[in-house]
Amino acid sequence: MTSTATAATTGARRDDTPPGRHRLTQLQTLESEAIHIFREVGAEFERPVLLFSGGKDSVVMLHLAVKAFWPAPVPFPVLHIDTGHNFPEVLAYRNATVARLGLRLEVARVQDYLDDGRQRERADGTRNPLQTLPLLDAIAAHRFDAVFGGGRRDEEKARAKERIYSLRDEFGQWDPRNQRPELWNLYNGRHAPGEHVRVFPLSNWTELDIWRYVAAERIELPALYYAHERAVVRRDGMWLAVGPYSRPRADEEVTTRRVRYRTVGDMSCTGAVDSDATRVDDVVAEVAASRLTERGATRADDRISEAAMEDRKKEGYF
Amino acid sequence: MATLLRLATAGSVDDGKSTLVGRLLYDSRSVLTDQLDDVARVSRDRGLDQTDLALLTDGLRAEREQGITIDVAYRYFATARRSFILADCPGHVQYTRNTVTGASTADVVVLLIDARKGTLEQTRRHLAVASLLRVPHVVVAVNKIDLVDFDEQVFRRLSAEVVAAATDLGLADVRTIPVSALAGDNVVDRSARTPWYDGPSLLELLEEIPAAGDPATEDFRLPVQVVLRPQAAAPDARLRDYRGYAGQIAAGIVTVGDRVVALPSGRTSTVQGIDTADGELEQAFAPQSVTLRLADDIDIARGDLIAAADDAPAPTQDLRATICWLSDRVLLPGARVLVKHTTRTVQAVVRDVVGRLDLDSATIGPAEQLGLNDIGQVRLRLAAPIAAEEYVVSRRTGAFLLIDPHDGATLAAGMVGEPLAEARCPGQRPAQYVI
Repeated sequence: MTSTATAATTGARRDDTPPGRHRLTQLQTLESEAIHIFREVGAEFERPVLLFSGGKDSVVMLHLAVKAFWPAPVPFPVLHIDTGHNFPEVLAYRNATVARLGLRLEVARVQDYLDDGRQRERADGTRNPLQTLPLLDAIAAHRFDAVFGGGRRDEEKARAKERIYSLRDEFGQWDPRNQRPELWNLYNGRHAPGEHVRVFPLSNWTELDIWRYVAAERIELPALYYAHERAVVRRDGMWLAVGPYSRPRADEEVTTRRVRYRTVGDMSCTGAVDSDATRVDDVVAEVAASRLTERGATRADDRISEAAMEDRKKEGYF
Repeated sequence: MATLLRLATAGSVDDGKSTLVGRLLYDSRSVLTDQLDDVARVSRDRGLDQTDLALLTDGLRAEREQGITIDVAYRYFATARRSFILADCPGHVQYTRNTVTGASTADVVVLLIDARKGTLEQTRRHLAVASLLRVPHVVVAVNKIDLVDFDEQVFRRLSAEVVAAATDLGLADVRTIPVSALAGDNVVDRSARTPWYDGPSLLELLEEIPAAGDPATEDFRLPVQVVLRPQAAAPDARLRDYRGYAGQIAAGIVTVGDRVVALPSGRTSTVQGIDTADGELEQAFAPQSVTLRLADDIDIARGDLIAAADDAPAPTQDLRATICWLSDRVLLPGARVLVKHTTRTVQAVVRDVVGRLDLDSATIGPAEQLGLNDIGQVRLRLAAPIAAEEYVVSRRTGAFLLIDPHDGATLAAGMVGEPLAEARCPGQRPAQYVI
């Protein structure tokens, strides 16, 4: 997250040149909108928190939060809902980033819930749906009233229905039929005690916007977003990493392939894609040409049913 | 780099909005293989003999079960020339508030009418919403043109009808296109089956339409969101005394050295610096998010408006406004509400309901109260002054929300002044108005 002073200009910067004298590019428009949202929440809520997993969307979120409040520090902590099935390089990245920015990191662990019996491991082994309870407990324990999430509406059909400010009741539930109308850029964050608001500053960004922004801003990401050699098995049409949380089944053959990750989540259900993209520009080109969505390509948990995401969101998931 | 255009769809139930959006996404190659496989599979499961493109946008369980769109869905697609954010709004009367939601940020409303049905009450309601919310452009897709045998006369008649209704409501830029969303005629590619139509396809038109207005023609406005004072937390000792006013420029351009006034206090100063995390700017314009430093140490807080000193709005505690009432509860005179205007929220009381819009005559008739989906005029008395302008002048500083102080519900979309009445004589400002 570099904030180097550049020569005075008319808003043009680096390789994201505006098309006209008083026109913003698409990325500049999206950045300005997101900064506006961060500042609104920072000003109007008592106890905001930013969900930070070390994945590309939350890294871009943090980058925007730093910009929104510069030269003051980011005025809220970050929260990681730890499934316990993390990629080690992502955890290392998370810790280094939090230390560099001097942020407070809160961690809620799914493993704690499994250890003391509050939750049980699912038959399919995925822990993404198990994040909801630790998330809601962490929100209640810290009395967070605004929770920033990196959800994008292009990700999934239920997310496409999400508002930028999403009011949740004390159970964290999302009611798609009873959402507040969201008018102009006037966000209504009023809520009763016990309720909270999920805030999605990246709502209007696409996967390609994220990557173009990462390239334009020279944002560092965990290395597994770029092509590397990894031992994998083929499962449900995806390449799953072989590791402590995802052991090959008897009929599965372990091969070493050149892959990268489009999303970074629970290691046991996030698949890798074949790729030779080792630099950010290669990834931008690859994403632009892809004929598969990010989640369709790499997320097993969204395939549970036609409305898997909607059902989880209603329960309080992001 | 591409620019961004925001669209909202509108139309009655069964006019084929979801199908049109699905077709726009599909024919512009914005639908990816796994999404298409998914809707093809669901279509087969339902015994349909072709893929139902409406399933691309109707994502909620209840929507798929009932075959209607319940809430606004946002879709993203791009061509080589432009990126689009599309708010796919439900057409059902009970969801008009979602059309208001979609139209509030739209550069273009794409309104569907069924070639067999023509202009309906819901069509007029959506035109009124587009007019009230000052959507700069309206494109009317006369859909299901295949079901009237691509009849030029039908298209001409319906075009004349809808353009007349739109003109009555003060809409200046309305264009019509004969379309079959189901078959794809004139959606992305021009159709050979409408040889009598020589205009662009819907997508071609959307690529050409100018986005928001030119900031150079507007007066500078910046609602203050946050006062940034890092003090001891500053990354650099030289920034410990830093004091900047952060916000997104609502209108106009600001240049270092400009004289500005802080409202409602009325104190003036000079812009000493325009900061971003990427460095200082000499000049900034709407809708950039920036931080201003001023030459004088004047008291400015969140909720204040920094404006061009020589052309600033007069703060007022009395508003006459047009509102779209979005709540199931009835609005009665005397109601206590919160007004959220730019970054300021103040208490207010509804002095009286002046009237309600009659959609057939496009005029305001007398009314004692407003109910769900009513568009009407009210007078408000505010507990503290706000720097409001007529909505007709500024979509940012003329807009407000009415919020229920008890449960926080968003009750209404508000627009300062009488945009509809004024809009009927374009280019001419009213002799007098109360804000």
